Amino acid sequence: MSSRSLDLQGVSTTFTLTGEFEMQNIDINTIAQSDLQAVKQNHALTLLHEMLRIRRFEEKAAELYSLGMIRGFLHLYIGEEAVAVGAMQAFGQQDRIVATYREHGHALARGVPIRSLMAEMYGKANGCSRGRGGSMHLFDAGRRFYGGYAIVGGGLPIAVGLALADKLQSRPYVTACFFGDGAVAEGEFHESLNLAALWKLPVLFLCENNLYAMGTALARHQSQTDIAMKAQGYGFQGEAVDGMDVLAVEKATRRVADWVRQGKGPYLLEFRTYRFRAHSMYDPELYRTKEEVERWKERCPIATFQTWLRQQQLLADTTLAQIEAAVDHEIEDAIVFAEAGPSEPVEDLLRDVYTQEG
Amino acid sequence: MPEMNMIQAINDALRVEMERDDRVIVMGEDIGKFGGVFRATQGLYQQFGEDRVFDTPLAEAGIIGTAIGMALYGLRPVPEIQFADYIYPAFDQIVNELSKYRYRSGGQYSCPLTIRTPYGGGVKGGHYHSQSPEAYFIHTPGLKVVVPSSPYDAKGLLISAIRDEDPVLFFEPKRIYRAVKGEVPKGEYLVPLERATLVREGDQCTVIAYGAMLHMARETVDLATKKGIRCDLIDLRTLLPFDIDTILQSVQKTGRVVIVHEAPRTCGFGAELAATIGEKALLYLEAPVLRITGFDTPFPYTLEHDYLPDAPRVLAGIEKTLNF
Repeated sequence: MSSRSLDLQGVSTTFTLTGEFEMQNIDINTIAQSDLQAVKQNHALTLLHEMLRIRRFEEKAAELYSLGMIRGFLHLYIGEEAVAVGAMQAFGQQDRIVATYREHGHALARGVPIRSLMAEMYGKANGCSRGRGGSMHLFDAGRRFYGGYAIVGGGLPIAVGLALADKLQSRPYVTACFFGDGAVAEGEFHESLNLAALWKLPVLFLCENNLYAMGTALARHQSQTDIAMKAQGYGFQGEAVDGMDVLAVEKATRRVADWVRQGKGPYLLEFRTYRFRAHSMYDPELYRTKEEVERWKERCPIATFQTWLRQQQLLADTTLAQIEAAVDHEIEDAIVFAEAGPSEPVEDLLRDVYTQEG
Repeated sequence: MPEMNMIQAINDALRVEMERDDRVIVMGEDIGKFGGVFRATQGLYQQFGEDRVFDTPLAEAGIIGTAIGMALYGLRPVPEIQFADYIYPAFDQIVNELSKYRYRSGGQYSCPLTIRTPYGGGVKGGHYHSQSPEAYFIHTPGLKVVVPSSPYDAKGLLISAIRDEDPVLFFEPKRIYRAVKGEVPKGEYLVPLERATLVREGDQCTVIAYGAMLHMARETVDLATKKGIRCDLIDLRTLLPFDIDTILQSVQKTGRVVIVHEAPRTCGFGAELAATIGEKALLYLEAPVLRITGFDTPFPYTLEHDYLPDAPRVLAGIEKTLNF
């Protein structure tokens, strides 16, 4: 753990408690050493805060689901928080984000307001997709968040198109495309990697390899289990990253996003991570052992990061308590917002099928 | 006014829109340097360059998915699927992503793209170069489905489709790409989507057709006229959303309906038309609504002209409904 370093590379993202985010450009060369330490600490605590927001949001969502307040399907990201939080540090406001159906973490880390996210979970009209989508279909055009994709692999060619639009219009942005290891078996994965490489597009393929496509272990669904290596077949680079280490995720994603932003074509990162909870709320987890889950829980990205922060003397008990209290408050506030939100009126049933009716 | 065939009219529409709006991008398999297997995009690569007219790999899901991303982000892509029979690998992208994007994002995103694809039989294309898959897409809310039958309509409808904010599937009847010629105005003009047109007027029977079948239906209606049977002939032009008002006006006058399409019969678009006419105009009907369609079989090779509706079958249908 001590080998990890906090590499800011000149940019820090800070989050306010309302979930809005802003980018700060920091010139490390011009700030005093004591300030640098403060910036590092601030950034590290931001990462911790963000991971805790996702963890507590989802724990609450599971509770609300069993109470029947949230319906439909619910796929929890718990255990994988370091991936969304670490990776999202590398993207600016104009970069595009394409997520998965397990995307509460991506949406929160991207700065989709937690109130509108919780309201969407409730299916309320004040949700981020106006209550249309629920858990798997979060959208936020203002934050360039191009949705959850409940069809595995469905988002990949769309990410390629977003990147192509940037390239054709000479815009300096990057499209970040998240997907799971299950999507790697879909034809769209292979078509998308080929197109992105062929046309040298600014798209960053971010595979969250949690070792299971639902209940089918990686080795039972992939002839080649080294996912990062698959990029080579399309003539570009891929590499595997420890997806339980938020700093490693951030560092790798920043480096590679810069590379992609320079017009050098796509890149594939495979984050090796693990889902602590069941695939969905209806999964007896017959496909893996409790011992395996427990072993991975020892690598919990939040607990290990907290330990490291304490070792670095960057985290005091009082600070942690403050963060936890702030997160709890924010979630309770989001629930109040969601519960007070209006349901979609029946008159809206046909709305937005076509543009004219909108 | 210049005379053009349908291929020339489609090519002209693409050129007019690309000159007018630099967001319009044409893409597909062999549509660039090659000019398209039917030459619909001939000369566009040379005129607009490879950033606006580009060849893609054989990857239909990738083509349509990429076009969706481009449309979400300020462009107006016009992807071509080389034959409608090749559209199925992109079915997931069209049905699950494209058609629902606006709806599931609560109206935050639109997908203004037009998928052009040649469809239909009569060219000895066999099982996989002859199909008419329009019904799958008419069954998909969020899409618009357009089928022109003349060079004039092909150009005007294609321009309207490209300018539409919603995704349009533009099925081109390849059998008549070059067989049908007509006057086509220079420059831009629009034929509105969602409007049918009355091609022949009569008061005894309503014949409804679209695409390549429209021409056979018109010959049949003219043949019927010589036998003293006066028919309305409606060219639907847009199948989703379809122009129910024009249909009902005609049915209220004639009380008899024959629907013609070359796609298989069961759950073909004729079934929807018949059901809607039954719901909205039952008391005007003097006879059951008849469908003259392809048969419930994979598209045949050597027997395609027995499979496709022809004048004797349609005329027999008209006479049957009149004699009911």
